[in-house]
Amino acid sequence: MALKIVKGSIDRMFDKNLQDLVRGIRNHKDDEAKYISTCIDEIKQELKQDNIAVKANAVCKLTYLQMLGYDVSWAAFNIVEVMSSSKFTYKRIGYLAASQCFHESTDVIMLTTNQIRKDLSSPNQYDTGVALTGLSCFVTPDLARDLANDIMTLMSHTKPYIRKKAVLIMYKVFLKYPESLRPAFPRLKEKLEDPDPGVQSAAVNVICELARRNPKNYLSLAPLFFKLMTSSTNNWVLIKIIKLFGALTPLEPRLGKKLIEPLTNLIHSTSAMSLLYECVNTVIAVLISLSSGMPNHSASIQLCVQKLRILIEDSDQNLKYLGLLAMSKILKTHPKSVQSHKDLILQCLDDKDESIRLRALDLLYGMVSKKNLMEIVKKLMLHVDKAEGTTYRDELLTKIIDICSQSNYQYITNFEWYISILVELTRLEGTRHGHLIASQMLDVAIRVKAIRVFAVAQMATLLDNAHLLTGNMQRNGICEVLYAAAWICGEFSEHLENPMQTLEAMLRPKVATLPGHIQAVYVQNAAKLFATVLKSQEGNTDGTVTQDTSQLMIERLPVFVQSANLEVQERASCILQLVKYIQKLQQKDVEVAEEVSALFAGELNPVAPKAQKKVPVPEGLDLDTWINEPPSESESEDEQPKAIFTKEEPKHSRARHTEVDEKELARRREARKQEQANNPFYIKSSPSSQKVYQETPGVDHIPVIQIDLTVPLKVPGLPMSDQYVKLEEERRQKERAEKKKKDKKKRKEKRSGRGKKHDSGPESEEDITPAHMVDIVTEEMPETTYFNALPSDDDEKDPNDPHKALDIDLDKPLADSEKIPVRSHRAAEAAKSPVEDRDADGIATQLPKKKHGKEKREEKKKKDKDRERKKSKDEKKKKKHKSEEKDGDLLGAEVDEPVVQSEEPSQASEPPTSNSAEVSDLDFWLSNAPVPSNIQEVPKVAAAEAASAAEVISGGAQDSEPDEPKDAEMEATKPSKHKKKKQKKEKEDKEKKKKKHHHYHHHSDGVGEESVQNGTVEEEEEPLPSMSNYCLLAENSYIKMMMEDADQVYDIQGNLQDGSQVVVSVIFENKCDSFLKSMEFNVLDSLNSKLQRPEGSGPHDSLAVPFQLPPGVSNEARYVFTVQSIVMPQKLKGTLTFIVKTEESSTHEKLDFKLHFTCTSYLITTPCYSDAFAKLLESADLKSSSVRLEGVNMPFHHLLARICFHHHFSVVERIDSCASMYSRSIQGHHVCLLVKTSGQTVSIDAKCDEPMLLGNVLDEIKQTFSQC
Amino acid sequence: MIKAILIFNNHGKPRLSKFYEHYTEDTEQQIIRETFHLVSKRDENVCNFLEGGMLIGGSDYKLIYRHYATLYFVFCVDSSESELGILDLIQVFVETLDKCFENVCELDLIFHVDKVHNILAEMVMGGMVLETNMNEIITQVDAQNKMEKSETFIFQSTRQDR
Repeated sequence: MALKIVKGSIDRMFDKNLQDLVRGIRNHKDDEAKYISTCIDEIKQELKQDNIAVKANAVCKLTYLQMLGYDVSWAAFNIVEVMSSSKFTYKRIGYLAASQCFHESTDVIMLTTNQIRKDLSSPNQYDTGVALTGLSCFVTPDLARDLANDIMTLMSHTKPYIRKKAVLIMYKVFLKYPESLRPAFPRLKEKLEDPDPGVQSAAVNVICELARRNPKNYLSLAPLFFKLMTSSTNNWVLIKIIKLFGALTPLEPRLGKKLIEPLTNLIHSTSAMSLLYECVNTVIAVLISLSSGMPNHSASIQLCVQKLRILIEDSDQNLKYLGLLAMSKILKTHPKSVQSHKDLILQCLDDKDESIRLRALDLLYGMVSKKNLMEIVKKLMLHVDKAEGTTYRDELLTKIIDICSQSNYQYITNFEWYISILVELTRLEGTRHGHLIASQMLDVAIRVKAIRVFAVAQMATLLDNAHLLTGNMQRNGICEVLYAAAWICGEFSEHLENPMQTLEAMLRPKVATLPGHIQAVYVQNAAKLFATVLKSQEGNTDGTVTQDTSQLMIERLPVFVQSANLEVQERASCILQLVKYIQKLQQKDVEVAEEVSALFAGELNPVAPKAQKKVPVPEGLDLDTWINEPPSESESEDEQPKAIFTKEEPKHSRARHTEVDEKELARRREARKQEQANNPFYIKSSPSSQKVYQETPGVDHIPVIQIDLTVPLKVPGLPMSDQYVKLEEERRQKERAEKKKKDKKKRKEKRSGRGKKHDSGPESEEDITPAHMVDIVTEEMPETTYFNALPSDDDEKDPNDPHKALDIDLDKPLADSEKIPVRSHRAAEAAKSPVEDRDADGIATQLPKKKHGKEKREEKKKKDKDRERKKSKDEKKKKKHKSEEKDGDLLGAEVDEPVVQSEEPSQASEPPTSNSAEVSDLDFWLSNAPVPSNIQEVPKVAAAEAASAAEVISGGAQDSEPDEPKDAEMEATKPSKHKKKKQKKEKEDKEKKKKKHHHYHHHSDGVGEESVQNGTVEEEEEPLPSMSNYCLLAENSYIKMMMEDADQVYDIQGNLQDGSQVVVSVIFENKCDSFLKSMEFNVLDSLNSKLQRPEGSGPHDSLAVPFQLPPGVSNEARYVFTVQSIVMPQKLKGTLTFIVKTEESSTHEKLDFKLHFTCTSYLITTPCYSDAFAKLLESADLKSSSVRLEGVNMPFHHLLARICFHHHFSVVERIDSCASMYSRSIQGHHVCLLVKTSGQTVSIDAKCDEPMLLGNVLDEIKQTFSQC
Repeated sequence: MIKAILIFNNHGKPRLSKFYEHYTEDTEQQIIRETFHLVSKRDENVCNFLEGGMLIGGSDYKLIYRHYATLYFVFCVDSSESELGILDLIQVFVETLDKCFENVCELDLIFHVDKVHNILAEMVMGGMVLETNMNEIITQVDAQNKMEKSETFIFQSTRQDR
């Protein structure tokens, strides 16, 4: 044995090592492949040896060869051997090789499980590190499942070096084994506050990556990240966090508001360009997500644009590029602020850097208006001429077309100009985008009726000069435009000046060199032209012209009959026979024109892109079944009918003159028929020319506008688009002059369909009228299915996206079943590897056991804590838990078995890490932070929260069933959550009939539904100390009217941030079948309370509601009121005006309402510790008052919950039938309650430093309880 | 996330390739060729970002590269990475190589690609940035090299005799 080892190491001296291999390869430049193959043979020999050093050396060389592109998967087993070496040197080589060439389908991977586990628990931190690094590259679902627990343990390793690697790799584990996310998440969250900056950064990294894909699940971490953002100095971490916020703000605009200030500060203070750039980016995201009406909104935009301008003007090309990139984001929502930098962007078009030019092009897209479109396109056309390199030129071409055709040709005022531009573009040589130009030509000619005469003339010229285009047609995609030209000339041949000439041009022998699908169109349209010629000569007694035409057809068509392209051949031979027959008739002086033109009668209308998809499949038709036996594989491959109007096939041109005898033709035809019959895809591949329209965007209805044509319709020869620019100028001037004359005559036909998009344009956008009768024909859509046809974009998401599996609600309590599998018997057996090590097994089995014990202890601790908390009724907890706990309580009270029943769910509800200290820290931070804290900013969420709490209460009160759906709930992601809700609701309905909490449920139910519709339930995890109250606005006197068209629910929420501001959220729900628009909200200000209006508007102006309401939709708007004194309840009268738009008419409607600000609404739920509460009571300056409620017939829990819910109190302490409660007003008044109950009598002793306020609050509480 | 890290020279010869997603060897070579093609035709004084090639990436991915003497360092990243941040990271990477190899040149990378991998592993792990502090990276790399030396001392000495 020993001898063998010595022999091995001596052998090894003569082996090549990596350096020798590299040197060898460099010395064999000429026969590299041969040399490497001999090397591989050597390596194979080395791998056969027992000596691990030799093997490691061989594997090391293989890793290098792998980089050169050689497949080394055959050595996978040897790699595993080297990985399992006890020496770090070899281990590292092995893991490196594995990380380079292992992947999910490498089967030896399953042998590595135990080895990796052993390495992970190695006392040497670098063994662990190397294993983690390797694992990060080749982790499979099995490995992830088996090792998740070990890696979890490593996240708390003593060495930060291991911790950070373990944290990072968790992301990979989550991806492969999504079930591990929820159990591991609490610990991951802990690592956000790890003392080591590297670990912290890794945790931020992982959470950012997770949150990027499923942001809504991570909203609840916002406060934590906010803290990190304001405290961290590590730019890398800051950038990640700021990017994360960028992903979160679209879901929670209030978060954005909070962010703006610190971000703006960072923008001003940081010197790091990378950080500055990300800040600007996130501010942009925030501004996009915020609805307009923010006071310092424009200031922030201005700041961003200004900073970006600095970046763009910088000499560093990187900054310039990024500046433009960010600018394009602003462009989408705030085009005006970008448009003012048009000069700069146009300048970038001249940059030598292509990336920058492309970015600038993107920006142009959003900057065009009716006014400057011609000018910009002119400039682009200049660039097209100058541009060398086809890629950039092609990009320019597509951009020109994009810019012009955007929003259904919104900015084109003169279609003649556009056609000329398209014709000019055809002069580009070697572009790939011929089909794009062609489809535009077709689209315009079909949909803008007024342009047809002009278009036909242009296309005829184009056909005449076809030889110019097809100079080098092999590589030239531009000949595609001939397809469009021929079709337009044929279809609209009645507009042709000289159909004979065009017919002549279409039948030139040279045409036979064109791609097949174009020839086919030529032939077909020649026939159409023929029909037109016949018709025009109808009355003419002299038959020579018609005779000549027929003769021409008969002479020229045979070329096409011989075409190799079946489509061409078929059409040509049909038409040839037809013409021969017609000629015969003509010779007999029979009038045929009528019949011939009947062949092509009828108009083609454009069809909407999605129309086909929306045609319902007739009953009994199963598109998936075979009609005939499926054809054999080989047959169907080679002769699939080619889709029309796709990529050209240059090979056809050469085969054009091959003589094919009739028999052969017949045979082929037969074969083809057979083929088509057998090919289930045949229908798909010939959707005729409709495919063309798919490029055009969706269409609004655009009314016709009658305008004088000021541009001469006949432009001889190929027109220069430039002259249109001049003409347009003149025309506009003239129009302006005219306009001045009849100023009073306002344009009634403000084009409704486009109006809303318009306001982006500069000053007098509306004044520019199109030069043409812009009759854009609307695309057709099957009527029956029109409505569901529109929003069908939900199939965008890739079902295979691995991140979809990670869309997991992280705040839901952990179930027992959700533990990361600790190593089990099965796994150990499965991973029986030849390199298995006994020691490893021993350690591994020991470890989890220990762990398990620890976990149990932890759980127990938590249980205890929970019990304590329950007892004290302490409410300083995360919102979610609060509601859940309440659920338990109320439920318990109802069933009369409180502790046991309610203990279970709430114990499970406690995520392992959120110990109460941390949470109350959070609350503390939230409520006392000098910056606008987001408790006050999320009233809606609070409401949703409260509502769902209430829902749970009612669901639970009936019977003790919440236990039953628990399991499902734990595992469930969203859909099942919904289901659960439904169940609950059903239950609730049942209960409503039976029970008497009518009023209460009525409210919560409605609100709950509202919130669901608004999609805010996901946010309910936001830690919120406040609850709120939605109720019907103007309930009594206006309810009838509301039923008819609008329903308003409102919620008043105090806002601590600004001593005396109250935010009112109003939900508008459209209950009628018509569209509600132009809603305006107005309130008659009182001396005490005023509606905040944007600067510059008068005290009586109404505020526009920033949305419209389609039938059945509800939406929310928020209004800010300033209040002077809060000691008295307030009532404000207001009106809502809106327009009800039905199909035929629109009517103005008005709804009066009264906003009722109760004193309660000025109170904010504020948590209070019992010792602080005691101190507060001792202080002398509180006035006391008391009230007695008789005949309150409800459990004490219920009573407290109701006070909390309706009056914004929080429970400080509760002992038996006695509880102390606390709340604070927006102006800082303390309100303390002591609630006692005995029998049906409830007495409330209250203290407050403002007696008036106290009196009113007590009255309101009394009111609440008298109602039930 | 970083999808791939490539180093190749002015002629497109790969000096290091690290893919954080599985591709077959052939595809990897194609990606390297395509990337080289995209990057090499760019002037010196243009921006360091370009939209990814056909094979790697798609719309969400960007190539971020730096050109040092005879070598291109190319990172293919998605939109969750900061462009300027990655540029800095490349700088850190190169400076680290410079420290570890003492005036790094292409030859060092050619003959010691395994070492380059080891250094990279301390910076980027599984496509995510692990460490950006150069001193920390060097400390860890040195510690591991020391360990390796102590283990392979005997073999080292025999080899040096040759």
